[in-house]
Amino acid sequence: MSKFGFTILKDQQLDYDNLSRDLALHIQKTEPSISSCMSCGSCAGSCSASRFTQFSFRKLVINIQRGNDKQIVNEIQKCMLCGKCMLVCPRGVNTRNVIYQLRKVLNEKKHHEV
Amino acid sequence: MLKRHVAIIGGGISGLEAARVLSKSGHEITIFDAGEKLGGHVAQWDLLFPNMRKSSEILTALLNQLPKSIHILSKTTIKNIERFNGYYVIHSDRVENVLADAVLFAGGFDTFDAQRKEEYGYGIYDNVITSIELENKIKDHRFITAQGTKPKRVAMIHCVGSRDEKVCNNYCSRVCCVTAVKQAIEIKKTSPETEVFCFYMDLRMFGRHFEELYREAQEKYGIQFIRGRLSEASEAQDKTIIVKAEDTLLGKPLKMNVDLMVLMVGMELSKALVPLVEKMQLEVGDDRFIMPLDEQLYPNQTKKEGVFVAGTCTGPKNIPETLNDARSAAVSIMSYFDQLSNKN
Repeated sequence: MSKFGFTILKDQQLDYDNLSRDLALHIQKTEPSISSCMSCGSCAGSCSASRFTQFSFRKLVINIQRGNDKQIVNEIQKCMLCGKCMLVCPRGVNTRNVIYQLRKVLNEKKHHEV
Repeated sequence: MLKRHVAIIGGGISGLEAARVLSKSGHEITIFDAGEKLGGHVAQWDLLFPNMRKSSEILTALLNQLPKSIHILSKTTIKNIERFNGYYVIHSDRVENVLADAVLFAGGFDTFDAQRKEEYGYGIYDNVITSIELENKIKDHRFITAQGTKPKRVAMIHCVGSRDEKVCNNYCSRVCCVTAVKQAIEIKKTSPETEVFCFYMDLRMFGRHFEELYREAQEKYGIQFIRGRLSEASEAQDKTIIVKAEDTLLGKPLKMNVDLMVLMVGMELSKALVPLVEKMQLEVGDDRFIMPLDEQLYPNQTKKEGVFVAGTCTGPKNIPETLNDARSAAVSIMSYFDQLSNKN
């Protein structure tokens, strides 16, 4: 095939017609404080993992709320559960329990798939 | 019309404006104020948003409009207010008690005590100051760090003591956003080579010409706006402040050394008013500001007959809102007096 020096780019647009709310609803039930997040980034600014990895709790919350499950699985492994983010959160989100609940439900899911 | 007596608690702008309207209608007024001079917080301020007008102009106008017949009791603390024979008796640290037909709470606000946000280092690090202190620095032409040098870089931290469950203040203090923009512009006017960064969560430019001021800050003064709440601050060896936050729009953590960090402190109900509010059993909201009888319909009345509220003791307000609220309270008081007269 001849090379024309260009490729077709992948579609970067988020498809919000197919949002899955299952995980968001589950976390809201097990840790209701997640609904209070206002994306201020205090958590990510204080995070000891975020300096050397791409981890951002603020982004994680958005991903949960938008149902981007695929990204969440890898993200939650980066957290060391140190809880600094809990101390700085101005909305009192129990950040550590959000991660814990995510790990619980996503690990269970994994086992079921195996 | 029967001449009645109104006791106004607080000699800030809301108390003064209510006094003007009420006395114009022939009522007798006594203003109680804890301070030496009238004018409350506005008397401590230099320039006002959004038009950079001198606050002293406003105050002079309000004071000049007051008739001489008004009784002013400054440096006075009220101890108790009692209901007696349809009157209110005001016991203060003065010898004589004051008898009034109505009481107007215009006791205003206190700024948030920034030491309560210990992780921000106010009172610990020399170069962490409040917006009040910055206002005074600029007013006195002493825009310098604690070490006496000219700040090359300044961080303005929004929402200090506001929108923060950790200090039990879930509400927005409203005026701090535009104050930060105003003060950032003043810094650039005083010292054009200084870099100014505003750390915000949301910019709430709610009033007329506020948005334009924000735009001016961007276009004319190159002030930078970083969307992220301060996570922690620490002091470097050279006494500069290390700011840590997330640049949420880029999704990456950031650190920045600044020569001066300014905390935009929010509003809380005036502490001096709290014991009186409790004694009189006035209702307060979960924000601890006084609740009026009805937030929409009767914003200046309370559940207690003859007790009225005006200004920032019912929540954060800017100057025009406060003055309007005071006029509205004066009208409420006058119609209450009409009702009393019709009954008899």
